[in-house]
Amino acid sequence: MRAWKLIRLYTFLVYVFMFAPIAVVLLLAFNSSQFGGFPIEGFSLRWFYRLAENEAIMRALKTSLSLGLLTALASTSIGVLASLALVRYRFRGKDLITTLLISPVLVPETVLAVGLLIFLRWLHVPRSFLLLLLGHSIIALPFVVLVVQARLVGIKKEYEEAARSLGANPVQTFFSVTLPLLMPAVFAGSLFAFTISFDNITATIFWRPTGMETVPTQIFGMLRNSVSPEINALGFVMIVITVGVPLMAGGLARYFARKKT
Amino acid sequence: MSGPDRAPDLRPWFLLAPALLSIIVLVVIPMSFILVYSFYENIDLAVDRAAFQFSNWQELFRDKYYHVAIWKTLRLSVIVTILAAVLGYVPAYFIAMTRFRHRWLLLLLLILPFWVSFIIRTLSWIHILGNQGALNGLFEWLGLTDAPLSMMYNETTVIIGFLHVFLPYMILNVYVSLDGIDDNLEPAARTLGATPWQAFREVTLPLSLPGLAAGCLLVFVLTGGSYVTPLILGGPNDYLFGNLIHDAVVSELNWPMGATLSFTLLVMLGLIVVIYSRFMGINQLAKAFR
Repeated sequence: MRAWKLIRLYTFLVYVFMFAPIAVVLLLAFNSSQFGGFPIEGFSLRWFYRLAENEAIMRALKTSLSLGLLTALASTSIGVLASLALVRYRFRGKDLITTLLISPVLVPETVLAVGLLIFLRWLHVPRSFLLLLLGHSIIALPFVVLVVQARLVGIKKEYEEAARSLGANPVQTFFSVTLPLLMPAVFAGSLFAFTISFDNITATIFWRPTGMETVPTQIFGMLRNSVSPEINALGFVMIVITVGVPLMAGGLARYFARKKT
Repeated sequence: MSGPDRAPDLRPWFLLAPALLSIIVLVVIPMSFILVYSFYENIDLAVDRAAFQFSNWQELFRDKYYHVAIWKTLRLSVIVTILAAVLGYVPAYFIAMTRFRHRWLLLLLLILPFWVSFIIRTLSWIHILGNQGALNGLFEWLGLTDAPLSMMYNETTVIIGFLHVFLPYMILNVYVSLDGIDDNLEPAARTLGATPWQAFREVTLPLSLPGLAAGCLLVFVLTGGSYVTPLILGGPNDYLFGNLIHDAVVSELNWPMGATLSFTLLVMLGLIVVIYSRFMGINQLAKAFR
């Protein structure tokens, strides 16, 4: 049993390693000191006010939010359709198609970014918001497909067949049977896609047009000098958006599921 | 439903069309195109000419600068992968084997870092190790040091930054394969006279190797393709192959060289993925999602 105690301690320390730095950022966001680091001089919300007044950051936040939402919409739509085909039909070359669909994960993101950039430049398509949207969607697609597919396998085909035998056409069946059952997966896939886009910096640096910043590239630009307290506050806001929202959604879903039964 | 003589069912292909089309146009063609573009000739900043010549490739093979970067990238990726395996295996084992009632909480905490911004997680180490960081504050408070120790912007901080961001991938993959092992196997080995350590080494460890391999592959490939972490946490000498690509494309606007370097990185990391899928099958990677 001594071995097990050591394992427990080891696990605890690894979790500390993973979370202590994040906790420090959250803590420092409320530090009243005019420097971004320690020591903590007092509690203050002034960096959040500063953040709201900083036009460049607010513009970046708006760009990131709309980019994330559109990416979620695009990649989830095409991802759900593709997952349906992969799970509900038998056809030749399925393995190859699956590999192709998850190929954006297998290609290093830097290479993916440069390849698409150079190809579109050759076609005389300039860097734009649309390029960011297409690129982010393609990066998010494999994750959406994997999440939705895993869920779809668990939905019995019989429900759909019952609807069909009662006279519903395939489109009706999809919207009134399959999609409602699939909603949690669609939701999870969209959240995943949103987070991937909202967080992306590696490819975004290559694809963004001159003058356009997303939140991560904005932070990256501000880092050149030092970590300002505003960055900590912005980090706090980002964590609330990408962690708080899914946690709340998950918690609410569990709450309602428990109420029903 | 459909008999053998019926025409092939086209419906799945309609469903697949949007996704396949996007992948082909936005990934497959551009990936092949960078090979073509690597033969183009760079004339000036952002100016190049269609050609079939080998100067970019010659530069890559001759110039020491590129060889050093390849070596550094491989070395750092190996270090990060090994450390991630060592740091990640034990927690994965704990989560898989524990009878702790709130195991779901440990799992949730494992997924959580994926939702926290990469750049925030990376820069957070400046708050820990920097001159005004937590550790220096602690040392000074304890009276161990008078002036802040300089611990930032070196290879170690880059490694720590990578580990911090990629460790959850490792733990999750190992956990998935440990969780799939029949709970009766280890006790069975014990009844047959094995010590706990033997039972682990002979039964559990071999069965968890596919997950460990998947975790190692992910961490290796993700580290090898990075360039942002060294820019934030590294010093001037801590560059990876990805940084050369970033410099060629973003700073020097030498697109043909950028294409050449990108294709090289694609082949290097692609080879590792191919070797891996030969032995393990690419499906192992997808298991972490179920």
